[in-house]
Order: sequence, then structure tokens, then C-alpha cells
Amino acid sequence: MDITETLAIPIPEQLDSPAVPDQADLDLTTVGDFTVPDPRMKIRDVNVFYGQKQAIFDVNLDIGSNSVVAMIGPSGCGKTTLLRCLNRMNDTIDGCRVEGRVEMDDKNVYDRKMDPVLLRARVGMVFQKPNPFPKSIFDNVAYGPRIHGLVRDRTDLEEIVHTSLERAGLLDEVKDRMDQPGTGLSGGQQQRLCIARAIAVSPEVILMDEPCSALDPIATARIEELIGELRKNFSIVIVTHSMQQAARVSQRTAYFHLGYLVEVGSTKDIFTTPKHQLTEEYITGRFG
Amino acid sequence: MSPLFLIFLLLALSSAAYFFSQRRMLRQVRNANVARLSSLPEHFGMLGAIWAGAPALLVYFVWLIFEGDILMAQVLAILPDPESMAATRELLIGDIRNAINNPMSYQMANEEVRMAADRYQELSQTATLALTATCLSVFAICSALVLKFLTPQVRARVRVEKIIRGFLLLCSTLAIFTTVGIVLSVLFEASRFFQTVSVIEFLFGLEWSPQMAIREDQVGSSGAFGAVPLFAGTLLISFIAMLVAAPIGLMSAIYLSEYAPAKIRAAVKPMLEILAGVPTVVYGFFAAITVGPALRGFGQSIGLDVASESALAAGFVMGVMIIPFVSSISDDVITAVPQAMRDGSLGMGATNSETMRRVILPAALPGIIGGLLLAISRAIGETMIVVMAAGLSANLTANPLEAVTTVTVQIVTLLVGDQEFDSPKTLAAFALGLTLFFVTLVLNFIALYVVRKYREQYE
Repeated sequence: MDITETLAIPIPEQLDSPAVPDQADLDLTTVGDFTVPDPRMKIRDVNVFYGQKQAIFDVNLDIGSNSVVAMIGPSGCGKTTLLRCLNRMNDTIDGCRVEGRVEMDDKNVYDRKMDPVLLRARVGMVFQKPNPFPKSIFDNVAYGPRIHGLVRDRTDLEEIVHTSLERAGLLDEVKDRMDQPGTGLSGGQQQRLCIARAIAVSPEVILMDEPCSALDPIATARIEELIGELRKNFSIVIVTHSMQQAARVSQRTAYFHLGYLVEVGSTKDIFTTPKHQLTEEYITGRFG
Repeated sequence: MSPLFLIFLLLALSSAAYFFSQRRMLRQVRNANVARLSSLPEHFGMLGAIWAGAPALLVYFVWLIFEGDILMAQVLAILPDPESMAATRELLIGDIRNAINNPMSYQMANEEVRMAADRYQELSQTATLALTATCLSVFAICSALVLKFLTPQVRARVRVEKIIRGFLLLCSTLAIFTTVGIVLSVLFEASRFFQTVSVIEFLFGLEWSPQMAIREDQVGSSGAFGAVPLFAGTLLISFIAMLVAAPIGLMSAIYLSEYAPAKIRAAVKPMLEILAGVPTVVYGFFAAITVGPALRGFGQSIGLDVASESALAAGFVMGVMIIPFVSSISDDVITAVPQAMRDGSLGMGATNSETMRRVILPAALPGIIGGLLLAISRAIGETMIVVMAAGLSANLTANPLEAVTTVTVQIVTLLVGDQEFDSPKTLAAFALGLTLFFVTLVLNFIALYVVRKYREQYE
């Protein structure tokens, strides 16, 4: 039996994209409208390289205000890389180079005048694995306000910590043990603590990199509920491997494949009537 | 046949047994099919070699250990008038050994010693023959047993693993027993010292002048064995050393682990570690010839009276010496802090130095303290630099510009040159050694405890 025959990815039928006919390769031009009215951030023609290897190809995407954008796609498709471009966390990786523009308030965050420290205060991040600092619960949440000098006295600080924990839905569980180490909480609680820590500096955008992949279904449900709540005040970008999660929490979905943004649109459309064949195959579970 | 040749013969025979057993096992199963054996042919080979060769080698080594003493006893027995020599027995044995090993001594020795030496040589030749015969016959018997008992059903792999484990265990306990032996020998001599000088006087006495009067009427050599000035000097110098090493080592570790680009790190780290490879005696003359006089010159220019051999010079150079200890342990500990901590902090908009100060260092602190304590033990035990640069006078002072002396330096001076092992002066060295041993032991325990506690944090 010919192995190549069984492993070959089928060439998608050309639907409505003006791609070159007879193209033997996959057509990876973005399908769907990547813009939204009143965007919080704009990604324009972004290419990302790790050394010689290109990880992201010409991606354009808007991050809407007070809504959740889900990034989905198979492993290694560049979702996390693109997410980390939004608050310049890629700066900390040796050999990583970003080309193109990422705009916030019409200013390019990759401009030389932009201070990544201020940017990261406005674009917060929650990581895949809960990473509370080995400090008390209080100090974990107070970390951001303290380093950014947001508070004048202890009362202010306590107020911020309480509000943040409350918005993260964690206050009732930890209010009697604020001085105990954050690392002593359960996985789901730790992740909510990290969310509280991120929102304590009142960011405008929150980036979430597979925030539930290390959690059990109950803790996941709580976080998803929380994301729904947070949407009222923040713009959220979430990377996830769970298509159900993307369908549940997001308003818009972007599907990535091998570093290309293949399709973007409202979550409902993507999951009910995907236009690109790759998207359809991925969400129906035929590969990925 | 010399004993040296014999051991090579035994090893060669054992390797022959290795190949023989391997081939033989394969021949005993159908089609020489390895899958039919309970273990790989190599395991049978090893087991065959061990069974055949190990007992013979054991006999060989035990024999060599005891041969000298037994032969000497035989020689002494044939000498006339053994009772009269009881007191000088050790001396006589020494003479005989000299005569055996050294033709010059043989020429100069008296009749009795020559006779003994001749007799020893004779016996020794016989003994070597007997050794060869014994070892070879043990090997032969064992080989026969291998032929009889090594069958394809023997679980050779399991047995070889067990033997290897036993051998490794033996090696590790050997180191422990050596340590115990050292402690016991020091303890024994120290207890003799404490028969003349009380423990209280030794531990709390403020004066150190270990000169004992040889004659009753001698002046100024009363002998005072208060170790406080020595320990004070040790602590002073170690303190100065840590004052230099802790900040510099820590900061260089922080730079190397968090800030340095890969290229600089690859170049600087090995260079820092070269510092640890410089012999301490080289540091010693650097301290004595360069740093000491430089400090004195500088002190004079600003009107300070600095001794040319000062605690400051020795401590400073010692600090430079232990920088690599501090930096390499701190570097390991800082690198061990999970990347997630850094990401978390940087993602909040913290700068590199804020991340370092508020997250990484607190997380790594226990490990760093452990590393510092190990460096302190090292500083306390250091001798050469202090001998050369800090002087020998036991001043009880906290002034780093004066000459002081340390415990290790006093041990050296007490034991260098001619000694009499019944004088408290010499025995004091062992008491000092014992005390020092306990001090560093306690420090190491604390360090290990702290480091272990640190390990639990992320697991």
C-alpha cells in the first residue's frame, strides 16, 4: 500500500477565496473578516521567527472590546506565539523576532518608544499552568499594584486585593487565609488566583494561554463562568485546545494552521458553517 | 613469578573465563539461540568470570595485606633472645625493613639485622611461590565449580546485578569508614590532650601560647591552651572572606543566570570556575606578596596602621577564592526556579530586576543560604592563604588590620617539624582539629537541612 496516499492531507476545494487555481499546495489565505468595529488591539501583517524558522505568517486579526476571541488549531500552529506577541512576552525568548505591527490605541507596541513594562501592565496574561508565586495569597494579588505603585497605603492595597479576588470568584474561599502560601491552593484555585493577580493592575486586555488545560472539569467550568463575567470589563484572548470551550466562552474564533490564520469569524459561524475545509476537518475532529 | 605478574595472570584468566562461559552457554542451547537463555550471554560471561576469578583475587589481596606482618613475626622468632628486644621491637623491625629495601642500609647494619633480612628474603620468596600456587589452585577449583553450576537456567542477569550492587555498596561504605577512622584517630589523640588540659580551659581560655617548658626553670613558656583567639581569628577571616565572596558571587550568579546572553555566559562561567582551580598556595603568595603590602601602603597613605600580615589581606584573597563556590551554587539554584515564575512576574509588567528581587531571590533564598554555608565551611577550613598572609600570632582582636591566626594555621605550626607525641603542645593540634571538625560538621548539617527544605518547595 502506498503510504503517501493514506497520509496526504486532502487538497481543499476552492470555495470563495480568490486563490490561485491549480495550486497543488494548501491554500492558507485567511477566510472571513478579521476586522471588528472598535477594536482594542490590531494585529497587522505579523510574521514571527524563531532563529531561521518562521512560526507565524502574515497574520491580521483584530481583538474586539469587551469580547472573547478564541484561538484554536492543532499543536504547533502558532497560537501561543501570536498570543505572546500581544504583550511582547516573546521578547524574553532568545532568538525570537517579530515583524509587522501590533497596535493598541493606534500605537505600534513594537515601536522602539514603547515600554514593554507599561504594555504588560495594560495587557495581562494568564498561563497554561497555574504559576502563583511562592508568597502568601495576599502578596500574590498585591504583587502587580505594588510594583506599579498603584496604591498609596495599606487600605488601598487591601481594597484592590479584595476586589480582584472577588472578581476572580476566589474571595469566599480564601478570605480567612490570606496570609497562607498561594502554592497551597488547589489547581483550580491557583488558576483563579493567577487571574486575580492579573486583573489587580486593571489591564485592558487579558491573554489566556490554555488556562484550563491543567484543571479538572469542575475547575474548568468555574474558570469558563469567570471568563464570561470578566468579558464585561476586559477584552480577552484565549488560546484553547478544547473546541467545546471555544464554543462556550468566545464570541469570535480564529483557526490557525501551521502559522497561518486560516479562518476567522463569529464563533457561531465557525462551528456551524465553517468555510475553509481545514477548519471543518479540525472542528469535526478529522485531524488535529 | 612476581606478585604483580600474578595479578595480571589472574585478570587474564578471568577474562578468559568470561569469553569461555559466554560461548559455552550459547553452545548449550539449541541453535545457539540467545532467546533460549535466561539472560544475555554477556551476563553469563560476567558471572562466570566473577565466580572463577573473584575468590582467587580476594585470596591474593588478603594474602598481600598480611604477608609482611606474618613474615616479620617469623623472622623475629628465629632471632636470639627475643625478650630483651621487647622494648626496641619497633626500632628493630624498622632496621630490618630498611636492610631489606636498601642495599646501603644492609651494608651498614649489624650482624643480627643482616641475618634477619636474609631470612626475610628467603621466606618472602617461598611466600610468593605459595601465593601463586594458592591463587592458581583457587582459580582452578572455582573454574571447575563454574563448569558444574553455570547452566543456561541460572538467572545470570539478576546475580550479576546483585554482585555489582554489592560492590558499589562496598565502595560507598569504604569512604564512610575512612571518615569514621579519621574522626576516631583525632578523637583518641584529643582525649590524651584533654587529660592534661581541661576542656573548659581549652574551649574558653583567652590565651594561646602552646610553648611547654622543657626544663622546670625555663621562663615564659608556661603553655596556655585557650582556643578562643584562634576561633576568633578564624571567624574574623571567614567573615571578611564572606563579605567579599557573598555579594560578588551572588551578583555574578544573578547576572550570569538572568541577564547574560548565552555567548557571554558560555565564556564567563568557565573563567569564574578557573578561580576554583587555582591552588590555594598560589592564592597564598598573591595575598602575602601583592595584597598584603598593597593594603599596608594604602593604609599608611591615609594614616592607618596596617600590619603587613593582616586579617584583611588574607580574608580578601580567601573571599576571591570562594567566589566560584558561591556563584556556581547560586547560579544552579536560581536557574532551578521555574520559568513559570519569571513569566508570571514579567507578564505582570515587572522589570527584570523587580522579578529578581521580589520573586526569584525569595524563591531561591534557602538554596543560596545553603550554598553560602558550604562556602563558609570551606573558608573556615582554608589554611594556606592564612599561613602565608595572616601571620602566626594569636591576637584576640576584632581589628581586621592586625595580624591574627586561625585554627588550621596553628594545627600546621604545631605539627610541622620535630614533635614529641607525649607533649600537650603536639596533642593540642588534635584537639583543635576535632573542634574544627565539629564546627564544620554542624555548618554542613545546617546547609544540607536548608537545601533539602528548599527542594520541597516546587515538588
